[in-house]
Amino acid sequence: MDMQTRTLNNGVNVESLLAARNALAAAPEAAKCQWRASCDWVSGTHARTTVDGFSALGAEQRHRSAFTFETDHPELFDSLDQGATPVEYVLVGLAGCLTAGIASVAANRNIRLHSVRATLEGSMDLQGILGIDSDVRNGFDDIRVVFHIDADASREDIEALVAQSQKRSAVFDIITNPTNVRVEVK
Amino acid sequence: MITRTGRQGSSRATDAVIIGAGHCGLAMSRCLAELGIGHVVLERGEVANAWRHERWDSLRLLTPNWQSRLPGYAYTGNDPDGFMTMAEVIRFIDRYARVIAAPVLPGIAVTSVFRSGNFYRVETSQGCWRCRAVVIATGAFSVPVVPAASREIPPEIAQLTTRNYRNPGSLPAGNVLVVGGSASGLQLAEEIRRSGRDVTLAVGEHVPMPRTYRGRDIQWWLDALGVLDERYDEIDDIQRARRVPSPQLAGSPERNRLDLNRLQSLGVKVTGRLMGVCNGKAQFSGSLANICALADLKLGRLLARIDNWALENSMTGDIPAPERFAPTRVDGSPLLALDLAKSGIRSVVWATGLRPDYSWLRVPVVDSKGTLRHQGGVVDAPGLYAMGLPFMRRRKSSYIHGAEDDARELSAHLATYLASTRPCTVAVA
Repeated sequence: MDMQTRTLNNGVNVESLLAARNALAAAPEAAKCQWRASCDWVSGTHARTTVDGFSALGAEQRHRSAFTFETDHPELFDSLDQGATPVEYVLVGLAGCLTAGIASVAANRNIRLHSVRATLEGSMDLQGILGIDSDVRNGFDDIRVVFHIDADASREDIEALVAQSQKRSAVFDIITNPTNVRVEVK
Repeated sequence: MITRTGRQGSSRATDAVIIGAGHCGLAMSRCLAELGIGHVVLERGEVANAWRHERWDSLRLLTPNWQSRLPGYAYTGNDPDGFMTMAEVIRFIDRYARVIAAPVLPGIAVTSVFRSGNFYRVETSQGCWRCRAVVIATGAFSVPVVPAASREIPPEIAQLTTRNYRNPGSLPAGNVLVVGGSASGLQLAEEIRRSGRDVTLAVGEHVPMPRTYRGRDIQWWLDALGVLDERYDEIDDIQRARRVPSPQLAGSPERNRLDLNRLQSLGVKVTGRLMGVCNGKAQFSGSLANICALADLKLGRLLARIDNWALENSMTGDIPAPERFAPTRVDGSPLLALDLAKSGIRSVVWATGLRPDYSWLRVPVVDSKGTLRHQGGVVDAPGLYAMGLPFMRRRKSSYIHGAEDDARELSAHLATYLASTRPCTVAVA
């Protein structure tokens, strides 16, 4: 039957991903890339960040169009709530990264996805950022991600899919492992 | 077979030089002898040197005695299901060297090997050898691979590796951080914990494996399934397969399973992979839960494969029913940072892997990451061969019993190569 023999792709171009992997394995210098963002303060806790250019495959690249992101704090904290909080953007990044990974790995494993939904919860103790207790960290003390996946695969295969997407996720790595951060004033 | 060409006897010629008189070098020696190929085995120390001097006291083979065999030689003792101690391994290999009358020259350290015309010059602590073929049998596990974070460990904390650790008594008093989630890391964490110390064990990706399953040793199953015989040219991603850490196994008389759950029951604290050390604080990855999930899933796939095989081979009536093990217990909030001094850590044991040493090899066959360029042990230079590397020709290549098939095939390749080149007695400028 055509449905079974056709290669599934979930909208992911697996062949081009695998070709890129082979090409970059042969030329590791070309694998180095840089992601950028620029941010302007608007007022109060409201800021606007734009992403547009990045470098990859040894050349300057651009998105199809610039994307802007409003960040602010909720009214509850005496702000105007002009956008999501920066920490929510961290959840956005994690969700997007893991979900893209699931689609790619599923395509590579020939698993047809019908729906993928993730809910994320990051818990935080405000005593950290407010400087009340120096033993409490500023950031999330715990992040919980729950996936609901409808796919033509066994539960074990779906669990393996989710595990592999974490293993290959940039944002999962950024959050779970230390990263050197340099902040300068010019 | 050994031709002296130099007047002082300091430069000698032979067809092939095998470097290293461990089980691999000896297996190759036996196969070359069967083919009538003149050779010597140069050994920096004595036969089975690494087994004598570079292993910890309690180590036993991870493979049962029935599996210990070399070309023309096999275990004949009365405990086929036991696991050899290091002393027994040394006796086993020592006896093999005598039985096959291997031309071992002990106490000769190779200092460099380079190519000169169609020959190799093998320079040693006692003169030079010229030959047309060289077999690198110096071992895959010579130099400890220690992460850069080791340089940030405060100087008052002792650092050991699996090369120089001997037993818990050789560690300074105090708590211990063991780094590494494969067989060595888990074995050391267990014995150090049993010696009465607090042990923290940092684990990255790992391969859990039960010692026995459905009444048989796991090695019996891997052998029966053909997993150990899988060839390097049949595998999807051989580079990846060669990097897989050794499974969490121990060869103990009790045949206990060695896993993170058992270690946690003994009181070992398990953390994620050690990512760095900053201001005396060790930092651990927050990915422990996923690392364990990946490992549990991998084990589940292996057990399912075994169960299928048992079914297809009509074994099911004769052996215990399938079993699934409890998932690895992961603390709800595993440790992410540990102030080493404050928590009483007085020593760090790096069980983070070992790599071969090619510092003496002056032939351009080692890539920028220190990996030898070879196809199933046929190195990327004419007449140069390797033995005993992980998954070199087959998954079993780094096991003792894996040496036989590799030595037979590579010695045949070597013989064909020699037949195609001129013999060594022709003078070269």
